[in-house]
Amino acid sequence: MSKLHNKKGIVLGIASLCAALLAPMAIAQDDVFAEYRAMMGDENPAIFTIEEGQDLWETPMGPNNVSLEQCDLGLGPGVVDGALAQLPRYFEDAKAVQDVEARLIYCMETLQGRDAIDVLVKPYSQTGDQGTELEALVAFIADSSMDAVVDVPQGHPEEQKMYKKGEEIFYYRAGPHDFSCATCHSQTDKRIRLQALPNLTTNEGAGMAFTSWPAYRISEGLLRTMGWRMQSCGRQQRLPQFQSGSDAVIALQMFMGVNAKGAVMAAPGLKR
Amino acid sequence: MKFLNKLLLPVLALGVIAGCETHESTTAEVKTTKDVLVSSMKPKNQATMDRLNQDDLQAACSNAANVAGDAATIEALRKEAEASVVYPADGNYLGDWKRGNEVAANGKGLQWNDNPSEPNGGNCYACHQLDPKEVAYGTLGPSLTNYGMRGQSEMMLKYTWAKIYNPHVYNVCSQMPRFGSQQILTEQQLKDIMALLLDPNSPVNQ
Repeated sequence: MSKLHNKKGIVLGIASLCAALLAPMAIAQDDVFAEYRAMMGDENPAIFTIEEGQDLWETPMGPNNVSLEQCDLGLGPGVVDGALAQLPRYFEDAKAVQDVEARLIYCMETLQGRDAIDVLVKPYSQTGDQGTELEALVAFIADSSMDAVVDVPQGHPEEQKMYKKGEEIFYYRAGPHDFSCATCHSQTDKRIRLQALPNLTTNEGAGMAFTSWPAYRISEGLLRTMGWRMQSCGRQQRLPQFQSGSDAVIALQMFMGVNAKGAVMAAPGLKR
Repeated sequence: MKFLNKLLLPVLALGVIAGCETHESTTAEVKTTKDVLVSSMKPKNQATMDRLNQDDLQAACSNAANVAGDAATIEALRKEAEASVVYPADGNYLGDWKRGNEVAANGKGLQWNDNPSEPNGGNCYACHQLDPKEVAYGTLGPSLTNYGMRGQSEMMLKYTWAKIYNPHVYNVCSQMPRFGSQQILTEQQLKDIMALLLDPNSPVNQ
């Protein structure tokens, strides 16, 4: 049972979803999403993805025919509750700092005996798809971390190095437009068009961003992960494509997560 | 398990093509920032890996303070920026403000999901207010509404042209793209943007 489910104890009806989408047609685009959000309250279509993720987590798969239930997300094998609030982190078994996506892929390889390529060739949905395995698993883990306090560790030297690298990448200007992450995300109360931009160098801004991903994107009807969000940022920077679970993406999440210390997880969020 | 089958079929087919790609989880020991980016990204369509190479200006302005260095470094970069500006050969700075407004509203261009055969946009509204009737404007840059009240003197034309062509002439670590020097926009598009800013009939100046 997902935490989203538990809150109201009812499954969201398709009818109410449609009504919510169609009702506010006449008002400005941004308000449609605001109104949709207000009408949905705690109900978030991500519950379907969360349930799917839980199924995938518990279903034996791969050559070893085992589930992911013994995967160690940082708080011990099989502990899912609160795990996302403390990722990325250093894993002794992998000898690497990993985010939730890298860790899931590691567990698929080591526990289930699967080949990472099978997942990495298409980690994220394209618009119109119904969701990927990775997206569903991340949704389930996020939901199990709902209301947990962000505490991304900095105890291990590799974690500290990763933060430093994340900071450097954050300010790295490149591409035909000379953009860095900082171009959009180092000032407070700024926006692009009408889209508010979190200042990821502050506790408040980083907290807002870190705790709201993964998120259900109303405009796409899909659950999107933090890895996808960074890939999308990189695209707008006119850079090549960030790969899921790669060091740069982990480093940026480390930078954001440590800056977000003390914020309260609220993912999967609901976004335009 | 229907879901997984759906996922794995195309995935397996592509996996064969992807060949020896492996999931790397090595830590960033003595890797430079660029090394980490190179190992974390793949080229996609027009977004090739050489875009991760920094020129002197990009490297100098990649820091939290957004300061390029000492006074001599700043002046050298500023001079380099100045030298990159190509003014219109026909001496005519002002195109069509209507087309300029389209360029200003267009956010496409040079992303991996953009069609390279279509013209790039300037995406000015992403960061600037221009036509006051357009409410969806960003605030990273200053408002340019009523920009034309400054007039159309030779000095004003050249200043504005250079500011769009390569803003680092005036502010070495400017956050604004070098629309001319980096060939994001064509000379005609730059002229049209100029008209949007400076033509008294442009909605920017109404």
